[in-house]
Amino acid sequence: MKVRIHISLKPGVLDPQGRAVHHALEGLGFEGIEDVRVGRLIELEVAADTSDAALDEMCRKLLANQVIENYRIEKPSFDKLRMSGEVQ
Amino acid sequence: MSFRSAVVTFPGSNCDRDMAVALEQIAGSAPLRVWHGDADLPERLDFIALPGGFSYGDYLRCGAMAAQSPIMRAVVREAARGVPVLGVCNGFQVLTETGLLPGALMRNAQLTFICREVPLTVENSQSLFTAGYEAGQTIRLPVAHHEGNYFADAATLDRLEDEGRVAFRYGDEVNGSQRRIAGVLNQAGNVLGMMPHPERAIEEAHGSTDGRALFESAVRSLVFV
Repeated sequence: MKVRIHISLKPGVLDPQGRAVHHALEGLGFEGIEDVRVGRLIELEVAADTSDAALDEMCRKLLANQVIENYRIEKPSFDKLRMSGEVQ
Repeated sequence: MSFRSAVVTFPGSNCDRDMAVALEQIAGSAPLRVWHGDADLPERLDFIALPGGFSYGDYLRCGAMAAQSPIMRAVVREAARGVPVLGVCNGFQVLTETGLLPGALMRNAQLTFICREVPLTVENSQSLFTAGYEAGQTIRLPVAHHEGNYFADAATLDRLEDEGRVAFRYGDEVNGSQRRIAGVLNQAGNVLGMMPHPERAIEEAHGSTDGRALFESAVRSLVFV
């Protein structure tokens, strides 16, 4: 099963990279951008019976640094899994 | 009795030799060299140094992969026993990633790699690493980093300040660090992480010898304890 880990900077943590991208977008003439924050997406291919607890532990122990980052685990919905034939 | 120190080398470390030379020159005995994959450190160490560099190519986050290496489990164990541990630059990043030190080191606020000598204020001259300095003294050490922007939440920063755990502070704005923090100590005072490089300021030819006192302090603390 494919699992996506979305990692983002916590609110309040300054994101100089996001600010630079923001300026660059404005430099290209795009208007109305209020804020840009740059995060990270990690895709894992894991055994179908991998528990939520295990995924959570992976995030806490390595994938995210909780001093500065939040994480969100996105698992494929049951319907999508059924359509892909991963579950019956 | 000679000073028994160890320098850890990770794949991508590039200041390990400088660190070893500084330790040998000042302590009078060559440090033992330890590889990231070693499960154990040599016995009866007086000092462990984590050098600067780009361990594991800075993959994921600076220091994140090194923090998971076998040798770091041994370093955490020895730190808990009170063995002095110094992490410089990437070594500081590794120490925060292992949780031995609070906070995190983020991309420099101006997004550029900074490589120059900076003025620092010695905030705490009571630690085994800083006893050779005067509190409030200004020293000059080189920095060379892209991710030296120290971040911790306000409560953590207040606690660090209250407990005298800010060892060094930048004399002027360098990289966006919260409260200009350049180096922090753990609660017990035997672990120091700092972005500036004391090992690159030990000879006249380096432009500054202000790093010497840090190593001299560590050596003296051992002799007198």
